[in-house]
Amino acid sequence: MREITLSQAVNEALAEEMRRDETVFILGEDVAEAGTPFKVLSGLVEEFGTDRVIDTPISEPGFVGLAVGAAMTGARPVVDLMFGDFIYLVMDQLCNQAAKQHYMSGGKLQVPMVLRTNMGATRRSAAQHSQSLQALVAHIPGLKVAMPSSAYEAKGLMKTAIRDNNPVVIFEDKLMYQDKAPVPEEEYLIPFGEANVKREGRDITLIATSSMVQVAEKAAVMLAKEGIEAEVIDPRTIVPLDEETLLESVKKTSRAIVIDEGHQSYGVTAEIASRLNEKVFYHLDAPVLRMGAMDVPVPFSPALEDLTVPTPEGVVENARKLCAGEMIHAA
Amino acid sequence: MAKAATKKTKSNADDYLRMYRQMVRIRTFEDNANQLYLSAKMPGLTHMYSGEEAVAVGICEALTDDDRITSTHRGHGHCVAKGAEFKEMFCELLGKAEGYCRGKGGSMHIADQSHGNLGANAIVGGSMGIATGSALRAKLQGSDDVTVCFFGDGATAQGLWYEVMNMAALWKLPVIYACENNGYSEYTKTEEIAAGSIMARAEAFGIESHQVDGQDVLAVNELTQKLVARARKGEGPFFMELMTYRYHGHHVGDINREYYRSKDEEKDWKDNRDPIIRFRAYLVEQGIATEEEIEAMNAEIETDAAEAVAYAEKAPYPPANEVDMHVYAD
Repeated sequence: MREITLSQAVNEALAEEMRRDETVFILGEDVAEAGTPFKVLSGLVEEFGTDRVIDTPISEPGFVGLAVGAAMTGARPVVDLMFGDFIYLVMDQLCNQAAKQHYMSGGKLQVPMVLRTNMGATRRSAAQHSQSLQALVAHIPGLKVAMPSSAYEAKGLMKTAIRDNNPVVIFEDKLMYQDKAPVPEEEYLIPFGEANVKREGRDITLIATSSMVQVAEKAAVMLAKEGIEAEVIDPRTIVPLDEETLLESVKKTSRAIVIDEGHQSYGVTAEIASRLNEKVFYHLDAPVLRMGAMDVPVPFSPALEDLTVPTPEGVVENARKLCAGEMIHAA
Repeated sequence: MAKAATKKTKSNADDYLRMYRQMVRIRTFEDNANQLYLSAKMPGLTHMYSGEEAVAVGICEALTDDDRITSTHRGHGHCVAKGAEFKEMFCELLGKAEGYCRGKGGSMHIADQSHGNLGANAIVGGSMGIATGSALRAKLQGSDDVTVCFFGDGATAQGLWYEVMNMAALWKLPVIYACENNGYSEYTKTEEIAAGSIMARAEAFGIESHQVDGQDVLAVNELTQKLVARARKGEGPFFMELMTYRYHGHHVGDINREYYRSKDEEKDWKDNRDPIIRFRAYLVEQGIATEEEIEAMNAEIETDAAEAVAYAEKAPYPPANEVDMHVYAD
């Protein structure tokens, strides 16, 4: 199978959906000729024109608000939010407006929009361009949240998101835009709420999102050399969450580590760990462990920044202890 | 209408009577809503539109069902003026299953999509993006509908307005920003929260702006008709500042309000500038309706409202299984 980058995969998904459905359009800062700072959208304006790939002023609440209104009245906007950190700027439009219209109207109004943005630290971009804020939006009923872990997922989840009749937030890991993965030439969609078992194992389950799937897979390879067989699961969407696949895996392995790049406290890892505790407690041989980003603003200095995110070595160390029955006092 | 001999008004008689009727329907709706609150039959609070009827009616009578509006926390007037029915509105106010939003929205979130009402909004200025986005959709899809964004003077302090006006002006979107300036931003005089001129803010974006007497339904309607026609041709956006007054407090529970405005001021607006009294006198003077005909119309509307209230009071609440319904669309 051919291999393309995550960036190309997103670009293809958008182009295919825009060809299929003329109500789909892109709105955001520097999305047209510039193709975004990460060049993810390069070439789209040439094919679809400036009426469907629309450069906006630097007015995040304003253009997200426009997307909500366009979506409520029959269009399918894909909003480009240049950095995930800017979600704070658009919280009212996203969480008070987009997320609640369907419910508040008793099912009459719909907001079929996609907000695509990014996450991920270690790009030396400091505290306001490095955050992974998926937990903030996953907390809000009415929003769906997708976290692609490779080019394959990025394409399939984006196409599903565009066809979904709800507001969907997609977090792409900005460090993975140039990572290649096998992506079929023929069309495919990845349904929301279906986790992907990336690697099977019997001793411990590593549940990882987005960038952390790579970390978990590397850890699993290292653990295998020590005779520990780790199962790696990528939920792909955290809302909706494929709880069943996670529960079945942990019933089998009796141990789990949940890894996500958002801050550890009150985060995605806490939510998943809590569900495992509530639902498969009597199958567990060890406490479910959370591994998130440190609870500090992301520092600039490489010497410090690299300390803040989960690493394969850290996962191996924790997995080893869990399997050996050692007590772990999590951060 | 037998006496409608005046050449100028003859052809407009039906329109004028409908405008009067709609204004009285709003006032009557609000009087009943207030009673529901005072008699503790309504859950929560509500914000009365009484006094501002000429704004909603003058504007909405210039729109079709394909034209959209976005509304505010003080939104009953917009909802009635855009064509909503009493029964579904009172059911919504009381949280009943037959309400426009199946009781999930309440007073501050009534939406009536069939008439183009995209909904009231409980965040001050919160719908400015939605209205402008609706206009963007119209332009992209080559549709000639116009969106009117209602908001109050208080909302002009929200930054969102300046962001969306900028884009609306850049892209010539068919949106009309209708600022209902009732002189008060919740419990504070507008002059204490707004520097400079509100009109000048829209003009700064190159948006053609008009100030109009919001107590004169014909003046509002005439201006809106012109602006809507031009917006349909791609000459938008526009801004209207409608000078008006809210008779009640910020909400129904805001009873003792002399610390921010005097009873004399309220009395002056009610006695001398009431949009319904003014228009009624005009209709009689022009021979469009007799006093008797107007009284009969008022009585009919009161009966309609009383019946709708009685219906809503008896109507069932939504069943418990609807609590987690409509979180996500299929």
